[in-house]
Amino acid sequence: MIRVQGLSKRFGRLTALDGVDLEFPAGAVTALVGPNGSGKTTLIKALLGLARPDAGEITVGDHRLNGDHRYRGRIGYMAQVAPFPENLTAAELFRMITELRESTAGPDGELLEAFGLDRELAKPLRALSGGTRQKVSAVLAFSFHPRILILDEPTAGLDPVASGALKRRIRREREAGATILITSHLLGEVEELADRVAFLLEGRVRFQGPAAELLQATGQERLERAVAALMMGEAPR
Amino acid sequence: MNALLRIAGYEIRDVVRGKWLVAYGAFFLLLTETLFRFGGEGGRVLLSLVNLVLLLVPLMGILFGTVYLYGAREFNELLLAQPVGRRQMFGGLYLGLALPLVGALVLGVGIPFGARGGLGGANAGVLATLLGTGTALTLVFVALAFVLAIRVQDRMRGLGAALLLWLALGVVYDGVVLLGVTAFAAYPLERPLLVLVLLNPVDLARVLLLMRMDVAALMGYTGATFEAFFGTALGTALAAGALGLWVVGPLLLGFRLFGRKDF
Repeated sequence: MIRVQGLSKRFGRLTALDGVDLEFPAGAVTALVGPNGSGKTTLIKALLGLARPDAGEITVGDHRLNGDHRYRGRIGYMAQVAPFPENLTAAELFRMITELRESTAGPDGELLEAFGLDRELAKPLRALSGGTRQKVSAVLAFSFHPRILILDEPTAGLDPVASGALKRRIRREREAGATILITSHLLGEVEELADRVAFLLEGRVRFQGPAAELLQATGQERLERAVAALMMGEAPR
Repeated sequence: MNALLRIAGYEIRDVVRGKWLVAYGAFFLLLTETLFRFGGEGGRVLLSLVNLVLLLVPLMGILFGTVYLYGAREFNELLLAQPVGRRQMFGGLYLGLALPLVGALVLGVGIPFGARGGLGGANAGVLATLLGTGTALTLVFVALAFVLAIRVQDRMRGLGAALLLWLALGVVYDGVVLLGVTAFAAYPLERPLLVLVLLNPVDLARVLLLMRMDVAALMGYTGATFEAFFGTALGTALAAGALGLWVVGPLLLGFRLFGRKDF
């Protein structure tokens, strides 16, 4: 589980996060939604230790972030874009990450197979299509038994078969008790996967709670309309 | 430490397989070989190489460095999302970028000399100085590339700044110094000039090389003053020390900036 308390981050005059309090419980998928520039990326980077908050604290599992990097061994992260070193092969990339994590497990065999990546392992990464690289990125995130998954637009660029396999895997990790955070602009997908929704607007949390509660609060039937209503500035009742 | 070497190792593999590094090494190889075939003797080959090394090594270090770092930005974020500390990450990235460049220079120039048994002869000291200063300049300018790529968020502006910095240190600096010397010819300028040499790594490398080659006429104004003032032994030690500081300074600055950066 992840707990964020009073998190603030400014970039010069721009306030990216303004006193954010959020909780991502274990065994649940929480969707982080909000318009572009609402602070989602900054929040994810703060969780990963990539951006240093100005104020507030973050607790991942039982570790309060303090600059020690070891907690990231429990996190599987899938970035929105997957640009890898051009001249390495996928197999070398997997080996590199495995070694950096000092793990004895290799890449996740089940996803490798579901994505049909076995044939692509020996090719240099620059020769792989965008979707295939996204698959490589997904395999990396789910390898090494992460208890926490941070997935930034995980299905963008994936074909329906791969996307389905990834969603099945996400549900299974949830049943196994993982803490899962996803962002997505596809609200249909959010509706399908997410137990909880956290809505960010201009660096503040405007709503967090079960998806059903958001529908009720905005008086909408579909999540898409409910989020649109929030974006238009209608305060949840 | 372990993570540092692993990051460096995989990055070296990536860089060495790239076309830019291969082209860089091949250029020095062909150039040195051609100079041998046309000019013949090793001393003259070295003299012809000096100016190209002084111009090209800084350019490649700073430009290739910034291009690579901007290109690898997202991947480096992915690496930092692994249980890896920023210090190891910075050290690994730096070595992974600088070592292949040094290797290409040393092999490109060294192989034609080695093939002619030039590694042990009368020119061995000069060759070692050339490769040594070339290595130092690579380390300096790759470190400067890190500072720029970390500091300047926008890729085009970063590349522009890299080119400008190279132009300023490698080309414009000496011209401006010469202009100043002519303009203030009536004043004693030795001391300010010595300081000006110490402030530019490319000048330091040039002075080191030319003091070694005994061609004072080619040393330019700054070089000649430098030798006259310190003599060869003290001058060499001083210039080498200052060049060492030029490696350490930008590297420490980059290290600090990298540790504090918000990615």
